[in-house]
Amino acid sequence: MQLPDAEQLVNQLIAQLRPLAGPGTGLVGIRSGGAWLAERMHSALGLTTPLGTLDISFYRDDFSRIGLHPAVEPSNIPFEVDGCSIILVDDVLYTGRTVRAAMNELFDYGRPASIHLAVLVDRGGRELPIAAQSVGARLALLPEQNIQLNQDSSGRFSLSLHRVEEN
Amino acid sequence: MENPQLNQHGELRHLLSIEGLPAGIVRHILDTAESFVAVAEREVKKVPLLRGKAIFNLFFENSTRTRTTFEIAAKRLSADVVNLNIGASSQSKGETLLDTVDNLAAMQADMFIVRHGQSGASHLIARHVAPHIHVINAGDGRHAHPTQGLLDMFTIRRYKQDFTRLRVAIVGDVLHSRVARSEIHALNVLGVPEIRVIAPKTLLPAEVEQMGVHVYHDMIKGLKDVDAVIMLRLQNERMRGALLPSAHEYYKYYGFTKDKLAHAKPDAIVMHPGPMNRGIEIESGVADGGQSVILPQVTFGIAVRMAVMSILAGS
Repeated sequence: MQLPDAEQLVNQLIAQLRPLAGPGTGLVGIRSGGAWLAERMHSALGLTTPLGTLDISFYRDDFSRIGLHPAVEPSNIPFEVDGCSIILVDDVLYTGRTVRAAMNELFDYGRPASIHLAVLVDRGGRELPIAAQSVGARLALLPEQNIQLNQDSSGRFSLSLHRVEEN
Repeated sequence: MENPQLNQHGELRHLLSIEGLPAGIVRHILDTAESFVAVAEREVKKVPLLRGKAIFNLFFENSTRTRTTFEIAAKRLSADVVNLNIGASSQSKGETLLDTVDNLAAMQADMFIVRHGQSGASHLIARHVAPHIHVINAGDGRHAHPTQGLLDMFTIRRYKQDFTRLRVAIVGDVLHSRVARSEIHALNVLGVPEIRVIAPKTLLPAEVEQMGVHVYHDMIKGLKDVDAVIMLRLQNERMRGALLPSAHEYYKYYGFTKDKLAHAKPDAIVMHPGPMNRGIEIESGVADGGQSVILPQVTFGIAVRMAVMSILAGS
């Protein structure tokens, strides 16, 4: 399967988000892929509100089955969430469970005016009623396929496909 | 020998002692605690990790601070907490320790936080409980107080970053201190190259050097160029025994005064597990001074206990 060029997708996504970017817009990336993308978007959109990152490990719904993620990092939302219009960024939208967790976490910081979801790739397979308003590319992938965002040392993005490892 | 603290996958199942814990697990606890410090700075200081879990604080010995910080930690993880002051109830009616535990397990307990005057009490409970129940030792006799040891390590890392270049002194009643034992094990596991204990001979365990520490009886020599000083509480009851001549004389030689602090590095941090005896082991000028991190220790203690509970509950 021919994967789209991630750099091109990021630029498309930035163009889609430009009309939303105002002085009161908060940008939040979900660690790790979403946080990389959000960093790029933050400077490209010239946002003045500092960039936020979320590590959703404490909000996952599979904690009782698989335990705590081995490398939790602190979440950091360096702006007032109450009343803020937030763009939430992730690399891949799949089941919707990560976005559910991220929204729950955001609400523990305050009550945002709105949340707009932007993802680089929507691969289908939703298990929750969640949809992204801005999407770089829609791909139809099989359950045993895993798509991953990579960032090289110069900051360039690329996408790669892997087989899901059986447990 | 099998380590009762780990499950068959090598994950932490109970926290009973820092002795014998792999360095990776200790670091994982400290790293996870960093994220919980960030949670405590938010408007809503709770996360939903342990929703629906029942955590029992089983305190057979009095403690306000430790019990409270465990209670706050459990509540911030959204667990249900039950505090039991056992000394005042069943045991006085003759129930055995394990019968008490079985009864609480029948009330669907998921985790026991145990403080007991007898060394090994939490080990006994950990070996007895069903596989899904986790045990945290919150202090057993003179043996161990691992979460205190861990929160002290967290505090040192927050202010000093790299453990492998540090000189740390522990001062006071090492003989009776489970806190000192846990700290010495933790400092060794994390690779602190020079651990000093400073105390009169009567307050040191026999062959304390075997634990990998340097012994000083002269506090001024012992404090020279250290990066962190951990004071221990002098238990008043010891003063009545033959171990010490008088509180006044103890303060003269081992009381932590500003004059003595001047021999440590200028940026040395001052720690104390509490409760402090001002004017007995520490001068107010030191306890409240610019180098004191005694109150941050309390705050960090909640984050460290949240980290331990969530790692155990997820194993």
